[in-house]
Amino acid sequence: MMKFRFRRQGTDPQREKIKQELFAFNKTVEHGFPHQPSALAFDPKLQLMAIGTKSGAIKVYGAPGVEFTGLHKDTTAVTQINFLPGQGRLLSLLDDNTIHLWELVAGAPREVGGVKKEGVVSLQEVGNYSLPGRPGIESCSATRVTVLLLLKSCDLLCIGTEGGGVYFLQLPCLSLKDNQTLLQDQVTKSLPDDYRCGKSLGPVESLQEHPQQSGKILIGYSRGLVVLWDLSTRYADQLFLGKQQLESLVWERTGNLFVSSHNDGGYSVWPVTSSNTYNHQPVTSTIPYDDEWMDKLLLSVPCSSSPVLLYSGGMPRASYGDRHCLTIQQDKEHITLDFTSRVIDFFTIQSPEPEKGDLDFDDPSALVVLLEEELVVIDLQSPGWPSLPTPYLAPLHSSAITCSCHISSVPPKLWERLVNAGKAQHGLHWPISGGKNLALPSKQQELLLTGHEDGTVRFWDASGVALTPLYKLSTANVFHTDCDPSDDPQDPSDDPDMQQEEEWPPFRKVGCFDPYSDDPRLGIQKISLCKYSNKLVVAGTAGQVIVLGLSDERSDHLVDVSVVDLLQDREGFTWKGHDRLEPRLKPAPFAPGFQPLVLVQCLPPASVTAVALHAEWNLIAFGTSHGFGLFDYHRRNTVLARCTLHPNDSLAMEGPLSRVKSLKKSLRQSFRRIRKSRVSGKKRTINTPTSKVQEANAALAEQEEVAPVQRRIEPRSADDSLSGVVRCLCFADTFLRDGTHHGPTLWAGTNSGSVYAYALEVPCVGSGRVSDRGGASESSVCVEAVLGKEIQLMHRAPVVSICVLDGRGKPLPDPYEASQDLAIAPDMTNAHSVLIASEEQLKVFSLPKVSAKTKFKLTAHEGCRVRKVALVVFSSAAQEDYSEHTLVCLTNLGDMHLFNIPGLRPQVRYDCIRKEDISGIASCVFTKNGQGFYLISPSEYERFSLSAKVVTEPLFSVQLDRLLDDSTTTQPQANGTHKNQMGQTEEPPSSLSSPNLDTPLDSPLSCADLTLDSTGELTVEDVRDFLTTVDEAENNLKNIKEEEGHTTGILIN
Amino acid sequence: MVLPALLQPNSRLGSRMSKQQHYRTPLRLPDNVVEVKSKFEAEYRRFALKRNSPGDFQEFYRLLQTIHHIPGVDVLLGYADVHGDLLPINNDDNFLKAVSLASPLLRIIISKKEDEPGVFATNSLQRRKKGLGLTGLRTTVSGSAHSKNKPGLMIGLPQNFRQISSIIDVDILPETHRRVRLHKHGTNKPLGFYIRDGVSVRVTPQGVEKVPGVFISRLVRGGLAESTGLLGVNDEILEVNGIDVTGKSLDQVTDMMVANSHNLIVTVKPANQRNNVVHRGSKTSVGNCGSVGSVGSTGSTLSHDSPSPASQSNPITASNSIAEGDSDNEDDDRDLILENDCLTPFDSHHITNSNNTNLYDRDSPTSILHSTTVRTPLPQSISLPNSVGASLSDNSTTMSTLNGNTASSSHENMREDGNIITL
Repeated sequence: MMKFRFRRQGTDPQREKIKQELFAFNKTVEHGFPHQPSALAFDPKLQLMAIGTKSGAIKVYGAPGVEFTGLHKDTTAVTQINFLPGQGRLLSLLDDNTIHLWELVAGAPREVGGVKKEGVVSLQEVGNYSLPGRPGIESCSATRVTVLLLLKSCDLLCIGTEGGGVYFLQLPCLSLKDNQTLLQDQVTKSLPDDYRCGKSLGPVESLQEHPQQSGKILIGYSRGLVVLWDLSTRYADQLFLGKQQLESLVWERTGNLFVSSHNDGGYSVWPVTSSNTYNHQPVTSTIPYDDEWMDKLLLSVPCSSSPVLLYSGGMPRASYGDRHCLTIQQDKEHITLDFTSRVIDFFTIQSPEPEKGDLDFDDPSALVVLLEEELVVIDLQSPGWPSLPTPYLAPLHSSAITCSCHISSVPPKLWERLVNAGKAQHGLHWPISGGKNLALPSKQQELLLTGHEDGTVRFWDASGVALTPLYKLSTANVFHTDCDPSDDPQDPSDDPDMQQEEEWPPFRKVGCFDPYSDDPRLGIQKISLCKYSNKLVVAGTAGQVIVLGLSDERSDHLVDVSVVDLLQDREGFTWKGHDRLEPRLKPAPFAPGFQPLVLVQCLPPASVTAVALHAEWNLIAFGTSHGFGLFDYHRRNTVLARCTLHPNDSLAMEGPLSRVKSLKKSLRQSFRRIRKSRVSGKKRTINTPTSKVQEANAALAEQEEVAPVQRRIEPRSADDSLSGVVRCLCFADTFLRDGTHHGPTLWAGTNSGSVYAYALEVPCVGSGRVSDRGGASESSVCVEAVLGKEIQLMHRAPVVSICVLDGRGKPLPDPYEASQDLAIAPDMTNAHSVLIASEEQLKVFSLPKVSAKTKFKLTAHEGCRVRKVALVVFSSAAQEDYSEHTLVCLTNLGDMHLFNIPGLRPQVRYDCIRKEDISGIASCVFTKNGQGFYLISPSEYERFSLSAKVVTEPLFSVQLDRLLDDSTTTQPQANGTHKNQMGQTEEPPSSLSSPNLDTPLDSPLSCADLTLDSTGELTVEDVRDFLTTVDEAENNLKNIKEEEGHTTGILIN
Repeated sequence: MVLPALLQPNSRLGSRMSKQQHYRTPLRLPDNVVEVKSKFEAEYRRFALKRNSPGDFQEFYRLLQTIHHIPGVDVLLGYADVHGDLLPINNDDNFLKAVSLASPLLRIIISKKEDEPGVFATNSLQRRKKGLGLTGLRTTVSGSAHSKNKPGLMIGLPQNFRQISSIIDVDILPETHRRVRLHKHGTNKPLGFYIRDGVSVRVTPQGVEKVPGVFISRLVRGGLAESTGLLGVNDEILEVNGIDVTGKSLDQVTDMMVANSHNLIVTVKPANQRNNVVHRGSKTSVGNCGSVGSVGSTGSTLSHDSPSPASQSNPITASNSIAEGDSDNEDDDRDLILENDCLTPFDSHHITNSNNTNLYDRDSPTSILHSTTVRTPLPQSISLPNSVGASLSDNSTTMSTLNGNTASSSHENMREDGNIITL
């Protein structure tokens, strides 16, 4: 047997080829709203919108499904973006004073999984430029760029600087026109003496091109001076001697007027007449509300009606200084949009018929406002200026995401009902329409469910590139909370009338970003949805587990409440955490959609850590840090409550887990910091006059004082705190009692490596199908649960996942799938096995006699720990009907390990998430076909694909003015933030004593791929079976022999 | 003091009872009784002692002589403790210890004094170290010479002791390195050390190079690591259970060590290089647990120094050997599996079959003999080699345990032999 241990796993070329056809790692799309946006631009010709972020990313969006991303080399904030309209080029200004030019470029065709894909067109940086420091002026701030102006001709870029100079760059080569540079002295010369008064004009605040006469630009200086500059003659046409500090300038279309806005909140309208050179007074000047300033101002003159004036800011500072506002004014109509986050920038979209030939008018159809946390679009053509729902850029984090869950291939019926329930306004015309989405409509509908801190569950259409909101479910109205029940979170845009306030200026609350949770206990922790029976289980922070059913009718009903005490008879524990939520005592109205049926309240009301739903058996299982319970929601009957607390575990009673830990930690850290600062502070005072040697010594001593990071090496002990936390729950129809009769089972795994398996007695299962609403006789028979097995993993690592595999080594299908012929029926003729994934090891045990068959000791070999696992079906990109079940495993280092099952042989490894990105790793969720999502910021999901076949990525075309090198069909690697990696196949190091060996031994499993190490394993696993029956006696002969060898070593307590 | 001694024919009952205790069924031996199974040469005896008053060592000694019909023969007594170690009984203290630890069965092994002293040591029974690579190397170098002039390290009769650590693979490692095995099993001591990040200086062909490394930062007083004296503060950690830690972060190394903590093998570069083991020609490995007191051992004794077939047949690399040791001594992997005997088979209410009745039988005390015979068709008393195997508490390598014998014989064969002898 030994010789097998040292046999190297040869690389089978056939297998390698299959692997390539199955697995490929790509980060495909980013869903959601970019984190910390900092700049906005719009290309009216291509109808594309670009958003720059503080991390240096540029994201371009067109019609739904058209989106691509570029990333600057440095993670510096993008402060400005300018499109070169129609060219597919854009300019970006970064915070580090560099200007970058981006282009849509065609890349070389690439090969993915053996399939050749079309040439990739992506957003690529083609050049950059930074202004040289001006000789003689020391500080570089003089050449710090304040504004950019791109001339309509797109061949010249004007750059306004802090020092007041204006520079001109030739485009697209980004070369400075040296001789054209306009420095401030040139302007000052032509100023009247009384205005000059020896002061500098200040930084350039605004540059605007004359709307009619090309070659003339308006330059506004901070101190208030505005110059109309002729580029060709290099002479100031006119000077407007403003006296107030300037914020922004805007031309009126004809070029006869421009408006300046000022830091006092007022604006002035200036006439541009060619008669006089000096203008001292504006024609009109508003009296500002008070002492406040305006950030940006837009003026539009629609042909049909009076001008529309749009400005952000401009609010009386004393009363509304803390508000984020944008005001729309047209005639008498005046609305101040009141946002929940800061306004970054805004633009208007013109109606799509510019061919009227009338350049005197423009007709704004929509207003697009980029806020710090969301994008709001206002329809300017509909009366009342309602806001439009966005098909992408949804603020995922409108309330913090607490969990997520993915449902693949949603049945059309459920989909339809969800869409109806959500009343999603898909019919509305989305004003940004650039590019053409070429991606085929997804064959299968996919749902992404996100649970939020405010107790809502949002349903997203995740079928395609754009993540579109479908439906929102609120669970807050099940409970009696402090907030007004009628104030239930609803899209404020739904009922603008309610939001209208009786004050001046007329505020209207817009947007749905609401970071403040009314009650953190409402937070959703776990979600489970049965897509066939439309049952949803949602569990939250205060131990609430809610079973919901889908209904198309509005309903007023009282929700049944059941309380389950998970501490059972344990004495001496007092819960010190939060109280449970008070259920509402009166019937509450529930909107069409998912409506609550039963509320199960765990006591103590600790956060729910695991849920499982088996709609066919009408059972839910739920676990907290104290134990787990089994509830029959059909008969409203608690079947089981089991306490998993270790007697010594006091921490479990402290309340919200994370808070205690982090509080302790942060306290410790801050004490350490205080101590450190005191020590170092003292040192400095003593040291100042002494010699350098002493100083150095002191520095050394100080260094030593800061103890290096140490890690304690100790095996996990049984009484580690929080050992009772239930980590996973699973239902399975399998063989727990004996090898001939299968039946319903419940499996639970804890933080300390314990696994409990219960045999369930579910009436009607086995003899027939469970009827949806059973008769009286049926409901009198209760579900029973009997503890069948208890497995204590010796390494005591937390159990991350449990999954039962059928006779072919494939995972069991979901409830209803088998009975409704939606999936291949599981193999019940051969012996089943159970896959238990702990943080340290993956292990497959045989059933019903539990003995280890295969395992992979991930931590011992790689030093990484399992964070998330999922069983995924990978389809081959080359062969139509070939697929494999694979165990995907995300580790604490952020890499993905793929193993075959049940052999647990490593297949491929990919780096996916930065290991520092703990929230990203924690948020990762897998789909059943090899894709996944994780949060890259509070508001963005990264979508990735591990499958060579199933890839959701943008596929679209953009019609450009200039010719693209290759084709216009673009299929960019959407995500600029991370490099794509082709997977490197993992070769198990020869030094590993890999349990996956080619030992052809008397295996109870017939799967050819399965490798067994059985003699060794059987002795390893101390297994005893009490359920042996006569028909199994033969099987057990061997086991008994084993037992004989072990009597001394077994300690069961 | 002595309950009616149940002699050989009834041994099945005894074993069945021991099982019953394990299973925590209502039926069990009274708590105040300790089962004893003693073995002298090829014979077994079974009897019971009162747990509360087992008497003293002399009494017990005489009792055994009587039971085995060997009055006047000077014998040494040993017992197999819960970890499968053969520990001596030679005074009242360790006799009481043995009785108190016996759960459920106290296995006594009697050997004649004039014979070679039994291998009283930890691992003596179950852990046949396959040399962990060292033998592989040695056979190529000085295999035959070595086996001839085996010095025969004699040690006196030890008191209660258990191996907690060993230095292994001395002759395949550079002298500046040390590979230490820490046996966590059985001790309540914490492993007791901390590791930290640091900078290691490596000599490369390009010159001296500074690379990040992981070091032992602290030893806990009274901990296993400190008490071995084999690890020291500032020792650099090079490998964990055969896996190179270069390029791994502190947290990764921590996780690896914790994952292997039940049988931790660390290769260190000691900060203090003065106590290094020096290679001297055909010198046997120092501290290799296998080399303890196995002089002149005949077929029945375990000859640890004879190269294992595995290592003979393929000379292996160091890392391989470690990994092998790792997987062979999976203390950490003995997951406990408790199966509930209250769980009746499926449909037990409706289907009556023999299987079912049997289960009920098992619960009724009267039918226990019957049910046991059904369940344990193999006799319990078996020959010596097998009993050695039987006392293996750890999974471990049954095969290598038998290396001293006919190395090729399989477990199954041994069992058969045993049956023939007893029946």
